[in-house]
Parts: sequence; structure tokens; C-alpha cells
Amino acid sequence: MNWISNYVRPKINSLFSRREVPENLWSKCPECGTMLFHRELTENLGVCSSCDHHMALSARDRLTALFDNGVFTEFEVPQPTTDPLTFRDQKKYPDRLRTAQRDTGEKEAMIVAEGEIGRTPIVVACQDFSFMGGSMGMFVGNAIIAAAQRAVQRKRPLVLFSAAGGARMQEGILSLMQMPRTTVAVEMVRDAGLPYIVVLTHPTTGGVTASYAMLGDVHIAEPNALICFAGPRVIEQTIREKLPEGFQRAEYLLDHGMLDRVTHRRDMKNELVSIIRMLMHEPPAVTGELPAPDMVETPEAQTDASQAQSADG
Amino acid sequence: MNYLEFEKPLAEVEGKAEELRAMARSNAEMDIEKEAAALDRKAQTMLADLYKDLSPWRKCQVARHPDRPHCSDYIETLFTDYTPLAGDRNFADDQAVMGGLARLNDRPLMVIGHEKGKDTQSRIEKNFGMARPEGYRKAIRLMDLADRFNLPVVTLIDTPGAYPGKGAEERGQSEAIARSTEKCLKIGVPLVSVVIGEGGSGGAVAFATANRVAMLEHSIYSVISPEGCASILWKDAEKMREAAEALRLTAQDLHKLDVIDRIIAEPMGGAQRDPDSTIQSVGVCIDDILTQLSSLSRDELVQDRRTKFLNMGQSGLAA
Ligand SMILES: [Zn+2]
Repeated sequence: MNWISNYVRPKINSLFSRREVPENLWSKCPECGTMLFHRELTENLGVCSSCDHHMALSARDRLTALFDNGVFTEFEVPQPTTDPLTFRDQKKYPDRLRTAQRDTGEKEAMIVAEGEIGRTPIVVACQDFSFMGGSMGMFVGNAIIAAAQRAVQRKRPLVLFSAAGGARMQEGILSLMQMPRTTVAVEMVRDAGLPYIVVLTHPTTGGVTASYAMLGDVHIAEPNALICFAGPRVIEQTIREKLPEGFQRAEYLLDHGMLDRVTHRRDMKNELVSIIRMLMHEPPAVTGELPAPDMVETPEAQTDASQAQSADG
Repeated sequence: MNYLEFEKPLAEVEGKAEELRAMARSNAEMDIEKEAAALDRKAQTMLADLYKDLSPWRKCQVARHPDRPHCSDYIETLFTDYTPLAGDRNFADDQAVMGGLARLNDRPLMVIGHEKGKDTQSRIEKNFGMARPEGYRKAIRLMDLADRFNLPVVTLIDTPGAYPGKGAEERGQSEAIARSTEKCLKIGVPLVSVVIGEGGSGGAVAFATANRVAMLEHSIYSVISPEGCASILWKDAEKMREAAEALRLTAQDLHKLDVIDRIIAEPMGGAQRDPDSTIQSVGVCIDDILTQLSSLSRDELVQDRRTKFLNMGQSGLAA
């Protein structure tokens, strides 16, 4: 299986891709209006230093920030049939896809990768809201299945960052079928006795919430993330009343028993490391500055290691 | 008889025939039978023409027809010893979901389905077939029970979707649906689903993640309603015809896409014109599938579902 398609090395200031950097060096917080120096915002992982508003983070920026020294290995997702229904609304679906690919520089709405966080090996599936609203179609389904298989094969925990408006309507029933498909993926990880941890980020709604995002062993959300099945507008139209402040936000779900934790982005990595190491019966993580990862371990070396492992097992 | 909008010309002809016969009943002198019979033949031809090649949007209307047999009709007609079981043991008993122990041709099983209701009062009681978390959790409980006592599960799908309400969200609509889908995948007994009307989104998947899924000829199964899709992608809810077309939500399209296994033929003019024969056809289909699946072991049944859904959409898709 050729799972290595990219090997990312740490880059200075790679957290925000170049095209997102505004001409001036300041960004305005959409929540409180504070002008934030761009470098400071990057160092804060896209969180406003004034009001703690968690801004959107692309999947790639999130992975770079998450993995030790920003090093991770992306692996390949089996490419599904593009445009299975030859769907056309006001635009053709393939045109929408091309636009999203051009705007984001990504192939699809999910990146799957493996690497170490706090020297703890994990597999990660990270949804990208900037790619067609992160919508769940056959590619996202395939990505989650690939990540689950990888986790099982390598005996590593699976961490999934969700961010999506829901199912991708342009794939019709086949997008709906990703609900059972991804549930099978979760079952595979569970059957292997490995942790499956979901980090719900803003927004996680619709069929995504009603499948893999709500089936985690542990549910952690970022502050103020909208997490729901039906969106607030649909509900207001149905029940014809105004919804209370903070309805369907992370803290509200925590109060209603749907989440284990709401965790600031700054603390997310350490918390994941800590939880995973306990679930995996690993000793406590070493804190403080970590030395650079062993550069002898090239992707090729990892492949050899995995082959040796599977030959043994 | 309720007529759909596209059936209006037919309604006129059938109405005329009816009128003639009514007149004849009050006036014995009149000989109208020849004329009425001609109208009947005309109506038959019109009906056949209308239903020969229904557009997807018309199928949606037929699938939602108020006179179409509902879950309760199937349960009453097909099953014996039906014993409803209620409640999720946590919060409430959701009236939008009915279910319980029953026998189909003496074979004991668990039947679960969405019920939309028949008149204004029962529709409100049943919340128009839109389940809240309690409905999915009741279904989970019943599937669990069936699993422990080795009884096959039959689900009848007929819902516009899960209920978008405040309480439903507070009590974890998403989690309930996800767990119900998960339970469908887990049980070591045969699971057969029939979409009898509307298969609305996650609310349908939660019951229809089955070993075999059958659909009635004029039923629909979709990720979103055509109206919802139109208002999001066309920014105009009136474009539901276009959306219905694009979504490929008919039983025929879904069969081509390999998402469903069987199509059950409906009587001419749709299930609402002959509920009894429709119900019998569904019964024959369920019995046949259950017989087929009865040779599989518990592990094989679980594996069968996993493989079925993992492979879905991976092959056989012609553009
Ligand atoms: Zn701010």
C-alpha cells in the first residue's frame, strides 16, 4: 500500500499559508474587533489574545501546529468516483470542486496523517471547513476508513478533528451513506481496542455530528464551537421562537452531557497526549522542550518498519 | 380519495364517472353505464400514462401521499401477535416511532418503524413521523432486545427526517442517531429495511443500515428533502423539481447506484390506490429476504453489513 504522498518538514511561520496573510500585518478579530499583530495571532494558534475567540484553522495548519515540530506523514486516501450523480445545481459539481481545490490548495475536505504528538504516535484525520464547508462525501468517508485501517494496522490511537456543515448534497444518497460507512470505521478502531478521540471544532453539524463525531471514546470541543444536528436557523423556523444565547455551543453541549470537555486550543495537544497515554498504558509524557525528532527515521524507514511489523504479526 | 396536483385531470374524469353513477342511482330511468364505463376506461388510460414515467418530484408527492399505507397499516395487516413495546427507559416514549414483538407468517421478530399518523390529531401526536432522540433510543433498546433473543429485526422507513427541535437537540439528537446506526451495524441477527414512503436523511439511516434494503416503487430516500436542497443550493425553495431530479432519490436511481437491493412494485397509480395489495407485496419481500438471511451466522450477518456499506459507492457507478 502506498500511503506516503507527502512528508512535511517544519517551516518557520508555516502555520498560516501564504495566501491568507493579509497585505498589512494586522488582522481584526471578528468577535471583539481587536487589531491583532499577525505574528502574535499565529503564535496563538489563531486564537484572539484579547477575547479568546477561536478562529478557523485550515486542516494543514492544524496538523502543523499539532505534531511535534510540525512533522507529520500524510497518507493516501483511495480516490472515489468524482461526481457520481453528474450533479448540477446553479453550477456543475466538478466546477465547485475545482474552485475549492484552487482556493484551498487542498485536494479534498479531509487530510489523514500520522506522526507523533508529545512523542506519542497517533493517526489523525482532520476535516477542513474551508473546503466546501468540510462537507462529508465519499472522499471524507474514504479518508476516515483509511485512517481507521491505518490506526488498526499500526496499533495507534485515532484522533479525529471534525469541522463540517454536514453531508455533501452534490453526492446525494452516497453522501448519506457515509454515515454508516464511517460508523464501520469507528467500529474497526474500537474492535482493535484502540482509543478513538474526537475533537469537535466550529462548526460540526448535520450528518457528521450524527455519525463519527458523536461516537468517540472521548469528546473534546473547542470553546464556543457550534455543534448540532439541525442548525439553529432550521429550528427557529420550525418552532417559531428565538433560541437562547449560547444554544448548541460547546459549553451548552457540555452542560447537556454530550461532551467530556471543552478545551482551549492552546491546551489541546497536551490534553490529547495525556489522555492517550493513559488509555494506552504509556508512562506520563515528558514535558518541556523536546529534542528534534530523529532524522534517521525517514518515511522509507517507517515503511520498512511497518512491513517488518506486519510480517511478524 | 385525495388527488395530487398532477392527478387533477384524472380527478375530473373519475369525478364525472362518479357523478353519472350517482345521478343514475337517484333516477332509474337513466342509462348511463355505457358512458360511465367509457369514462372509466379513459381514467385508466390517464392513470397509466401519468404513472408510466413519474418525474422524481412527482414521486416525492406520491411517497408523501396522505392515503399511502403507513407503518401502522403494515403492522396491523402483515403481522400477528403484535405487542407494542414502549419507551427508551430514560426520558419518554416517542410516538413517532412504533415497534414491538410480532410474528410474520409465524416467525417471531422485532418490528420497528416511523409512523406519520392519519389525521390531524394523530399526525400531531406522531409528530408527522419525525422522531426525537427518544425514538432512536427506543429503537436501540428494541434492537438490543432482539439481538439478545436472536430475533430478526424488520424496520419500516417513513419519515421526513429527524425532528429539528430545541428539546431534541438538547437531549442529543445527533448522538441518538449515531448510536442507532451503530446498533444496526452491531446486532447479530438479520436486519431488513423497507422504505415504504419517505426515507428522510439521518432519521432514515438510523433504522436502515440493514443487511438488505428494499424500497417501494414510488418511495424516495435522500440526504435532504428536495425543498431543503433547493433552498440551499439554488437559494430558492421553489426549485424543488430541479433538486429532486439532481438528487437521484427515486427507488430506481438508488437501485442503479447499488444503494438498495430490491424494488417492490406498487399497484397502478401508487400504493394509495390499493393499500392491501401493496402491504402483501411488502410482506412477501420481507419473508423472502428473512429466509435468505436465515442461513447466516451471527458473525456473518455483522460482516455482511460491514462489507455492504464499506463497498457502497466504490464500484459500479456509471456517470
Ligand atoms: Zn477577539
